[in-house]
Amino acid sequence: MLKVIAARVVLGLLTLLAVSALIFAATEILPGDVASAVLGQGATPETLATFRAELGLDRPAYIRYFEWLFSALQGDLGVALTNKRDILTSIAPRFENTMFLAGYAALIAVPLSVGLGILAAINEGKWIDRVANVLSLAAISFPEFFIAYVLILVFAVKLGWFPSLSTVFDDMTLSQRFHVTALPAVTLTMLVAAHMLRMTRSSVLSIMSQPYIEMAFLKGLKRSRVVFVHALPNAAAPIITVIALNLAYLIVGVVVIEVVFVYPGVGQFMVDGVTKRDLPVVQACGLVFAAAFVILNTFADVMSILVNPRLRKPR
Amino acid sequence: MRILGHKPSLSAWIGILIVGAFIAAAIFAPFIAPFTESEKVAKTWSPPTSEFLLGADNIGRDLFSRMVYGARTTIGVALATTILSFIIGLSLGLWAAVGGKLVDQVLSRFVDVMLSIPLLVFALIILSMFGSSIPTLIITIAILDSTRVFRLSRAVAMNLVVLEYVEAARLRGEGLWWIMRREVLPNAMPPMISEFGLRFCFNFLFVAGLSFLGLGIQPPLADWGGMVRDNGKAISFGLLAPLWPAMAIAAMTVGVNLVVDWILSINARPSGASAEM
Repeated sequence: MLKVIAARVVLGLLTLLAVSALIFAATEILPGDVASAVLGQGATPETLATFRAELGLDRPAYIRYFEWLFSALQGDLGVALTNKRDILTSIAPRFENTMFLAGYAALIAVPLSVGLGILAAINEGKWIDRVANVLSLAAISFPEFFIAYVLILVFAVKLGWFPSLSTVFDDMTLSQRFHVTALPAVTLTMLVAAHMLRMTRSSVLSIMSQPYIEMAFLKGLKRSRVVFVHALPNAAAPIITVIALNLAYLIVGVVVIEVVFVYPGVGQFMVDGVTKRDLPVVQACGLVFAAAFVILNTFADVMSILVNPRLRKPR
Repeated sequence: MRILGHKPSLSAWIGILIVGAFIAAAIFAPFIAPFTESEKVAKTWSPPTSEFLLGADNIGRDLFSRMVYGARTTIGVALATTILSFIIGLSLGLWAAVGGKLVDQVLSRFVDVMLSIPLLVFALIILSMFGSSIPTLIITIAILDSTRVFRLSRAVAMNLVVLEYVEAARLRGEGLWWIMRREVLPNAMPPMISEFGLRFCFNFLFVAGLSFLGLGIQPPLADWGGMVRDNGKAISFGLLAPLWPAMAIAAMTVGVNLVVDWILSINARPSGASAEM
């Protein structure tokens, strides 16, 4: 089993390496470069050449890639083009904010969707199942900013319970933070909970149709005992995988929501970087997001190997 | 009434009506909209009246007219993206299935790496290089989205290339292109049609999301995502201005989903094509 897990972790690291190369290549191999992007159309060939030399762009791409990669591994993400600030020091507090928001949303979303999913599955076809079905379909098809603005309109403007902008300061207490970020966290929850709910429901349902569950019912066991003792342990594996996958989605889903609520996270930083065409910032944020995504996906696979004995034997 | 030889269910009718209304608005925009999309006709955020059905936007343009023109750009860009994405994804997917092990390995591993970067992050990196004009937007999203089309079409085609008639075509000495186009493609079509609807929804939300971030379709062109962004501040005064375009986006996605559900119920997917992509 350890061998299988180790193989998966190595594969994850290789993916990360390939991803970093792709992020670098996407900004390099395509026509145009940072210099022409920053200077714009009106730049003369001479100023372009000087600026390229200043940025070190006149050297071969693969050398610059390895330089970029190794300094990134040592924690040096370079400086922003626009204000010459060190990217790592500006990204670190924002990363904490993003993780705080994602963690907050996960804290609501996971118990809620797993609970509702199980409830919908054991009441299949009844009204609670239908309501959960319609709500989750709606949440999947609505754009995140629509949910966000409806929540702002109701809870911030009409009722005045929460602020409509999630500005956070360093000297805020934890409860103040929870209060200020409540609306973005609920929006995120709705985004990921729908998918988790549906997957939980379908995996519990597929277990509930197995012969051994029918046997348990025929033995005269109580419904609650059949669901919690006989069905759930076997439905756990797919549910855990889906949760881990959705946490990966959560990390990325924050981008739009951070912009709606003006929340100082990595997503907003990245969008700012794109608007200002600040390539080192965009590359660094892209690397952070992709790394979080790959790590959580690897984690999801490792978890599913751990909970599902059938996956433990190397093929 | 029957469409394509089948009787639509109630939910399918709702979907067809929504999608039909928006497409009609997109096609006949100049005849429906009372004003043009960039004309300033009223005060900032004036309330709805009989002249301005939904009120005015952040710089006094008629919101209803912009909604109608917005249908044109938003749906048009999403449709162009999806078509391009299918041309790329479908041909590469079929090529991977028909063209042999090496082609398949190279294409599949490359797509695996592409898929391990979140789509939005990838799009942001590319758009930061090129800036957002409509052609770059369409090409960027189409290439990123084609990875999903590739996965499905490859999976479907893989189950088809082992069948006898494909083998027979190979033995007849037909070329790669013939086998892809005449033997595999027609049989891969049914699952791809409903996939087209789902990918359209996805691209539609994606374009709207990028425009909302200010990185998609650029002003003065009206588009729904950008209109939500422009009027976002109105929400703190309790005005509904940003909700109309957001609601249109939501309605369009729901509508397409309802139609796709109906199409799916007509022709069940063959095995090998998963609904999860």
